[in-house]
Amino acid sequence: MNAPSDQKTFRLVGTRPIRPDGIEKVTGKAIYGPDFVAPGMLHGAVLRSPHPHARIRGIDTRRAEALAGVKAVVTGADFPGGAEGTVAGGETPTDLKYASIKCMARDKVFFEGHAVAAVAATSAAVAEEALKLIAVDYEVLPHVTDIEEALRPGGPILHDDVFTQGLAETPTTPSNASLRFAMTRGDAEQALGAAVEVYTGRFTLQPVHQGYIEPHACVASWQADGQGQIWCSTQGHFSVRAMTAGILGMSIASIRVMPLEIGGGFGGKTTVYLEPVAMLLSRKAGRPVRLAMQRGDIFRASGPAPGAVIDIRLGALADGTLSGADIEFKYNGGGLPGAYEVYSGVMSTLSCYRVPDANVVGWNVLTNMPTVHAYRAPGAPQTYFAVECAIDELARRLGIDPIDMRLRNVLRPGDTDGRGMTLGAIGYAETLEATKAHPHYAAPLGPNQGRGIACGSWGNYGGPSTAAVSLAEDGSILVTEGNPDIGGSRAAMAMMAAETLGIAYEKVRVTVADTSSIGYSMGTGGSRTTFATGMAVVQAAEAVIEIMKQRAAQMLGADAAGIEWRDGAAVLGEQRLSIAEIAAKSGMTGGPISAEAAIHPGGFLPGFGAHICDLEIDPETGHTTVVRYTALQDVGRAIHPDYVEGQIQGGAVQGIGWALNEAYVYDREGHLDNAGFLDYRMPVASDMPMIEAVMIEVPNPDHPYGVKGVGETPIVPPLAAVANAVRDATGLRIGDLPLSPDRIYARLQAAE
Amino acid sequence: MPSPAFHAPGTVDEVVGLLAGDPQARVLAGGTDLIVQMRSGRIAPSAVIDLKRIGGMSGVRVEAGTFAIGAATACTALKDCAELVAAWPGVVEAANLIGSVQVRNRATMGGNLCNASPAADSVPALVAAGATCVVAGPAGRREVPVAAIPAGPGKTSLAPGEFVVEIRLPPRPAGGGDAYLRSIPRTEMDIAVVGAGVSLVLGPDGTCTSARIALGAVAPTVVLVEDAAAALVGSRLDDAALDRMAEAVRAACRPIDDKRGTAGYRTAMAAVLARRTVNIARERAQSESTSKA
Ligand SMILES: Cc1cc2nc3c(=O)[nH]c(=O)nc-3n(C[C@H](O)[C@H](O)[C@H](O)COP(=O)(O)OP(=O)(O)OC[C@H]3O[C@@H](n4cnc5c(N)ncnc54)[C@H](O)[C@@H]3O)c2cc1C
Repeated sequence: MNAPSDQKTFRLVGTRPIRPDGIEKVTGKAIYGPDFVAPGMLHGAVLRSPHPHARIRGIDTRRAEALAGVKAVVTGADFPGGAEGTVAGGETPTDLKYASIKCMARDKVFFEGHAVAAVAATSAAVAEEALKLIAVDYEVLPHVTDIEEALRPGGPILHDDVFTQGLAETPTTPSNASLRFAMTRGDAEQALGAAVEVYTGRFTLQPVHQGYIEPHACVASWQADGQGQIWCSTQGHFSVRAMTAGILGMSIASIRVMPLEIGGGFGGKTTVYLEPVAMLLSRKAGRPVRLAMQRGDIFRASGPAPGAVIDIRLGALADGTLSGADIEFKYNGGGLPGAYEVYSGVMSTLSCYRVPDANVVGWNVLTNMPTVHAYRAPGAPQTYFAVECAIDELARRLGIDPIDMRLRNVLRPGDTDGRGMTLGAIGYAETLEATKAHPHYAAPLGPNQGRGIACGSWGNYGGPSTAAVSLAEDGSILVTEGNPDIGGSRAAMAMMAAETLGIAYEKVRVTVADTSSIGYSMGTGGSRTTFATGMAVVQAAEAVIEIMKQRAAQMLGADAAGIEWRDGAAVLGEQRLSIAEIAAKSGMTGGPISAEAAIHPGGFLPGFGAHICDLEIDPETGHTTVVRYTALQDVGRAIHPDYVEGQIQGGAVQGIGWALNEAYVYDREGHLDNAGFLDYRMPVASDMPMIEAVMIEVPNPDHPYGVKGVGETPIVPPLAAVANAVRDATGLRIGDLPLSPDRIYARLQAAE
Repeated sequence: MPSPAFHAPGTVDEVVGLLAGDPQARVLAGGTDLIVQMRSGRIAPSAVIDLKRIGGMSGVRVEAGTFAIGAATACTALKDCAELVAAWPGVVEAANLIGSVQVRNRATMGGNLCNASPAADSVPALVAAGATCVVAGPAGRREVPVAAIPAGPGKTSLAPGEFVVEIRLPPRPAGGGDAYLRSIPRTEMDIAVVGAGVSLVLGPDGTCTSARIALGAVAPTVVLVEDAAAALVGSRLDDAALDRMAEAVRAACRPIDDKRGTAGYRTAMAAVLARRTVNIARERAQSESTSKA
């Protein structure tokens, strides 16, 4: 129905073969971050600040060093000064100075759980005991965790050397507002003045964690010649290498990072917390050192997505055309500057709509919370929440169907998005048409039930990737890539290689190689891997085909120009040489056959999703039950539909959790009160209905198999889809997340 | 750092001896609280004494309609005893709301009780059902009401050397029905914001002849709300009686504000849940009286 007429059919692309890493994972043999063991390895432990904000007057480690079994102790004093510059992370670049302070505090701690010292010892128990012997002399400072309190004059200032960036005049007094970034087009005030309806509202969101199951963990081993090795679970081992090198003043090529299997990241594993610390401990101890976080450390000291306060005015004409917008948001950046969510947030706000006159301003506000870090579509779900709720209200006031309202405003091919990119084959309108036509949209609702619609988009990315394709002696195929496989990408890479080569999927084996075994590849993030690394795999496979054609020509005594590649074989008239035959003779035709592609492709296209949420409210308790949920998304083309649907379902669940119950709860002392899965209320399986994922395939013509990124878009719409369903069920516009039972109950009571 | 000693004795007397000789020792039933607390560093017992090897500690004994539930009986195992499920469905349901299937395959009601969390799910149901427990100690055995065990968050009234050997439930009275409901933001793997256990007896004409209503998570320990029960007794559970019952429930709540819920929300939910729980217990009691009739 929505398939464009030029839809190509493929042999493998679009099928659902078994993933090559599946058996290893379900039988427990796969080696994840915390599983890795090196001979002679020491056990490390990190001492973390009990205070959200304090000056460190001194640290006395002598008693810890004297404890039998302790082999090394490090503090901030062991870190070289002067780390600077930025390193490409996954979805957002990382500022090295603050990445270093995030690993280990220097003269101040900025959040509860900030690392202040670390030890390596012969057992985990000795390491823990040694931590108790470290005396830290803190001067406790007043703290602030709330965005607006952090901006109030006279309150605690976290950094004396942070002055708001992005103002017309450079300020002379330090501020917790570390960054202002704005995007202005047209004349928003005039457009709002001329609008028929203007929705004005304030929305607040709490910080939420990515909630990956596998904790951060690594083993680092420093050698006497100045080289080092790291085994860790990460979305990007090349950035682990660059960050560790940058923080420790080592050359990049001196560090080799071995990526282990990864048990979830969602953006949260695109930085380093432990690796430089473990490397320093290893350098002092002369032995490999393991560091691993406990769940409490993860909540207290690794980066959540920013909480936010968003003020919005959105204007529309009588026909539903969005005519003007004025949006100002403040993100809770946590303890250290350098978060980039404000940039991506500004560029994502309104990114799927034509709003000619718009003013969008974002602020990053520092507070005594863990420094925020990328989480699936970083910066976008927050502002989309405000925009999609505002559109819902405008549609109601104007008496327009919420999908029609969006269809009127959504970008079409040839339009320019918020980043200034002119977009080609986008399927926003196709996705909305499919949403309108979906049986869910017309299904009747029961008592106390409501239905919400919301959209969302994420820009996606290309980014640098390297991949190699080589022939084994028997003609089976090896694909080597540099992107950790989080969501089934080995399967997708094998499928694209096999499709290109014209052979069976099972003939191809994919390895995620370490930083010294394949060229640079940006991390698995930004919804880029299947697009960019997939393209590198296809190009390497095409180069291998060219080589094989030449080798076949030699074997047949013919001209390579006359050789065709068909169904996994070199064909010349009636003659046919298989890959196995070409491989068998490669010793006589020029040696091993292999090719590498190192690329930085453009041509990526954004993703777009439209979600329908039905939920039921218990009017006596404020409990919500999501009774039906459908997520439609323009996916370009799905290489392996299971993993595309899995991304859509997973993103939707994470967004629903953000909307319903997830939040960081701080007590008056600035201590995180729910640093565990029991009280940090992510959805459990029984909370959710089966989420129906509907793939709308509008292929990307700039990718050999039509790929657009899919991983991040699906977390963007659910926040507003849920809130709009609550609005529909109760008549209440609740702009504060989470929509927990007690909050809904209080609002229902107040409305009575 | 010496790791704790581990004992797996075969008799009740050995447990008493070990406990009496070492005030820092802890009893281990399912371990779903104990091990979690040890790993988080909240407690560091000198010794752990496993109850699961003691003969007769696991399983439900039915003796002339009364039930003796061994202290090592996992919550899921309660469902295997058809007589218990028929007699005290509310108790079995309460125990089988705890955590997840994996947790319940280990967790026990004795551990739930002796961990002394104000939010423990099985405790209000047991108190409503009029359960008792048999405590063994250096001075021999004594039987006390379940409600007498918790003394405050994390504290019990057990004397040094004492532990709970079994939990006892009376026969189900004719025309009786019980139920337990809790309020949590999610569907499972959560700690009760409020819990309400109810046990009722209805006469042949539907008049309530006796009632017990117990609340969890609204005070430092489980609360048996006698005024709420009194509001029902003599009534046919009409709206006016239910309103008076709800009012008494609200008046009995002394909750705190915490990450799991505000005091105001807890109090309001206690009344809502008590009403819903009474209705389930009533249905069970009625189906009992009609099946008898
Ligand atoms: C993931 C998770 C979810 C949970 N969800 C819930 C929930 O929904 N509702 C809920 O109420 N609880 C919940 N809990 C807590 C726990 O599972 C229950 O309290 C459980 O009933 C404890 O029983 P146990 O046998 O595991 O106790 P243990 O951990 O073995 O013991 C708990 C405490 O009681 C003492 N003890 C045990 N048995 C005896 C005895 N016979 N005599 C004297 N002292 C004894 C122990 O020394 C210890 O101090 C959850 C726990 C986890 C880990």
